[in-house]
Amino acid sequence: MLSTLEPTPEKIKADRIYAEMGLSDEEFAMIESIIGRTPNFTETGLFSVMWSEHCSYKNSKPVLKRFPVTGEKVLQGPGEGAGIVDIGDKQAVVFKIESHNHPTAIEPYQGAATGVGGIIRDVFSMGARPIALLNSLRFGELDNPRTKYIFKEAVAGIAGYGNCIGIPTVGGEIQFDPAYAGNPLMNAMCVGLINHEDIKKGQAHGVGNTVMYVGAKTGRDGIHGATFASEELSTGSDSKRAAVQVGDPFMEKLLLEACLELIHSDALVGIQDMGAAGLTSSSAEMASKAGSGIEMNLDLVPQREPGMTAYEMMLSESQERMLIVVKKGREQEIIDLFAKHGLDAAAIGVVTDDQKLRLIHQGEVVADVPVDALAEEAPVYNKPSRMPEYFIEFQEMDTDITSVDDYKDTLVSLLSQPTIASKEWVYEQYDYQVGTNTAVTPGSDAAVLRIRGTNKALAMTTDCNSRYIYLDPETGGKIAVAEAARNIICSGAEPLAITDCLNFGSPEKPEIFWQLEKAADGISEACRTLEAPVIGGNVSLYNETNGEAIYPTPVIGMVGLIKDLKHITTQQFKQAGDLVYLVGETGSDFGGSELQKLLYGRIFGQAPAIDLETEQKRQQQILAAIRSGVVASAHDVSEGGLATAVAESLFGTDLGAAVTVSGNPIAGLFAETQSRFLVTVKPEQKGAFEELVEDAKLIGEVTNAPVLRISSETGSSLVEAEVSELLTAWKGAIPCLLN
Amino acid sequence: MKFAVIVFPGSNCDADMYHAIKDSLGEDVEYVPHTASSLEGFDGVLLPGGFSYGDYLRSGAIARFSNVMPEVIRAAEAGKPVLGVCNGFQILLEAGLLPGAMRRNDSLKFICKPTILKVENANTQFTNAYTEGETIQIPVAHGEGNYYCDERTLSELKDNNRIVFTYDGENPNGSVSDIAGIINEQGNVLGMMPHPERAADSLLGSKDGLKLFQSIVKSWRESNAVNA
Repeated sequence: MLSTLEPTPEKIKADRIYAEMGLSDEEFAMIESIIGRTPNFTETGLFSVMWSEHCSYKNSKPVLKRFPVTGEKVLQGPGEGAGIVDIGDKQAVVFKIESHNHPTAIEPYQGAATGVGGIIRDVFSMGARPIALLNSLRFGELDNPRTKYIFKEAVAGIAGYGNCIGIPTVGGEIQFDPAYAGNPLMNAMCVGLINHEDIKKGQAHGVGNTVMYVGAKTGRDGIHGATFASEELSTGSDSKRAAVQVGDPFMEKLLLEACLELIHSDALVGIQDMGAAGLTSSSAEMASKAGSGIEMNLDLVPQREPGMTAYEMMLSESQERMLIVVKKGREQEIIDLFAKHGLDAAAIGVVTDDQKLRLIHQGEVVADVPVDALAEEAPVYNKPSRMPEYFIEFQEMDTDITSVDDYKDTLVSLLSQPTIASKEWVYEQYDYQVGTNTAVTPGSDAAVLRIRGTNKALAMTTDCNSRYIYLDPETGGKIAVAEAARNIICSGAEPLAITDCLNFGSPEKPEIFWQLEKAADGISEACRTLEAPVIGGNVSLYNETNGEAIYPTPVIGMVGLIKDLKHITTQQFKQAGDLVYLVGETGSDFGGSELQKLLYGRIFGQAPAIDLETEQKRQQQILAAIRSGVVASAHDVSEGGLATAVAESLFGTDLGAAVTVSGNPIAGLFAETQSRFLVTVKPEQKGAFEELVEDAKLIGEVTNAPVLRISSETGSSLVEAEVSELLTAWKGAIPCLLN
Repeated sequence: MKFAVIVFPGSNCDADMYHAIKDSLGEDVEYVPHTASSLEGFDGVLLPGGFSYGDYLRSGAIARFSNVMPEVIRAAEAGKPVLGVCNGFQILLEAGLLPGAMRRNDSLKFICKPTILKVENANTQFTNAYTEGETIQIPVAHGEGNYYCDERTLSELKDNNRIVFTYDGENPNGSVSDIAGIINEQGNVLGMMPHPERAADSLLGSKDGLKLFQSIVKSWRESNAVNA
């Protein structure tokens, strides 16, 4: 028997085998004191995954407490598979973002694919039908074969999974920076729709009820994936490839349809995805949340290969599995329901009243530990925090840019930067239309999906300029939320809530922990001011390669509600003669800007300042103007400044524009001052628009000739370019770098 | 007119097809599972897009063995309109209802984008609402849409006006003679890679696909009026 080959409790302790699983000496001692003896190999494994940062948030909990998580429309905040927000008509939107960074770094196709698969399960385990996917990606510069490989394969993996399962991938963002060369980021977001009465929770209520396993069989893939996700990458990480799961989107499609049928059955008590830490986390969390216990006979777990040990089964992260609790005596109808979809369902255990997770394998009790100890009582660490030296230095630096060689060449160069350039090469590989609800397709500020059967729509986006956050985590955190909200507003929606994915370096380093704390403070303040609470998310720490941390990257996923399909607005200029407005003042904000990176090859100084009250006021006024029907197009002014924003608004049209910038032309064209919007308005609506939006300045008009003309106040020409020339640079940049 | 939308395990454009018929076209429609053994009572059969059986082995290769397929073939032989879109087209090829085969796109990547199609033959029960030579905008979304057939089959298709749609301008997948859709000899089975059901609502950018469904209904009404 294999289990006899496992080390004894005495050996685990003496040889510190627990340390290899990621537990500290203190944590191991805590476990001994909780269970009153030295844990065996399987039990040590259970604690090590459940007490990993990925599952327990033991380092980030004190920070997560700062987020505002309630609001009158919030039906479910953090703690379940995904958060839920009311959208009226007894319907709600369900969404969450989650990271799959380390698997993507090691095996990009499967790593990215299973990241998508996992977040989809989080949403349909709540009872919701997934309607859209987004993803936020970070890679190194596209100047080396390794990064190109990771980029191409990650995109192919996202496409492979999402296209097959038939959920449209409608948006997201991608940035390229050397900070991510060794540790790319793959954050996947899923949005679902649900009727209020169908909301399900992952809770194992009712002593004597049956615990059932549904979906794919358990194999040896992904063992210790959660632990792997909670340590730094190093040159030895390639050997962890076995900890990367393999996805089967067809299996998940079957599971999705079966589960959405299941939620209408009154036999169902609770349901939870087997995600990170698989069978362990799903069983322990469901029992802990319900105040019950679970006993499972592992011999009954559907297995893909023979001879699996209890340890392997409990720690496997095989994909496309769910744990459900059903009323005693109703098992057969569940088995029949899943059989109709070609899936296995097996009764593997029972809900108990002793608040223990008890596992039986081959006639022996192989684990017997309190569920709360696994799910709730992981130690919480208040890590030391220290302001980094670089931050202090940056405050003293002058970031003004006083000369550029040629304005037009600079604009062309900016449009060719992969972070600004068209992502068409990427999103053309995603089926962004399946479901026939995608009213605004990728490439605009936010994606928009109509809600079938209503006159409403949902806008969704992900945002995070990590350069600003690196320069100043608190300000950058505010900007990330504000920019997401700006994108939502520009599409004609009001922000509902956010989900966040906090990607940072190692919290063991006080400077990194400081970044985390400050970013959370900034995010929290912006969420309060902009009335978009945090309804869930994910933390991914230890994003380091050989000791080098990524930029702090708290990705914000935001969903907004469009109350009338008539309000749907895009960034494209609509008609010659329309008036072009810039909303908001422009200053010399170049810290962390694309122009700074382009000219100096690095970023430094202060992040652009942001005043959240001003931001909120402008957003409300722009939204009011959109709802009054006086806005033809709206676009937020972000990376690359006003010149880039105007060019982007011309792409996809056959129009041109003539605009004037005031003050210092470099700032006017390229500064990244916050809280600015580019809006066009029909001439006959000039008065109505100006009445609604206070800080709007008329800067020019849309023209028939497809030429972009930008002049200074004195009338001298700064930029004169055929739109087609700009378009070629913008569209061609990424394909060109990949060839 | 009453349509059947066949649902295979892994179909994912079944709901889109259903809503295009019900909401945009305003005709009767029902889902029919792959296990069904009869298509009685249906006037037209729609094979939707998706990844039936995960595209394992080869797109459409497993679906052709589904329980419902003999009934689809019987409906085709009885002269009922049968439309296969994307994966549905691949299944029609595998089932032998249409000639030729699909290869992976020449880019070797999945591609999703609006395409411009030219209506090569407006004299079919699927295209009578279009005019010959008309260009229409209908999106594609596929990884294996690179239609191939041998020279003899190609000349047969050309000589008998059986190439119904071609890509006008950019061919997204490398198909022979820019083929986007072909019809069988009897003229009642159409397979096409572009998705007309995604172009049936102006909110989604194009209504050019709706005429295809309207054509089917028009033909059906006319032939039924004659029969009545």
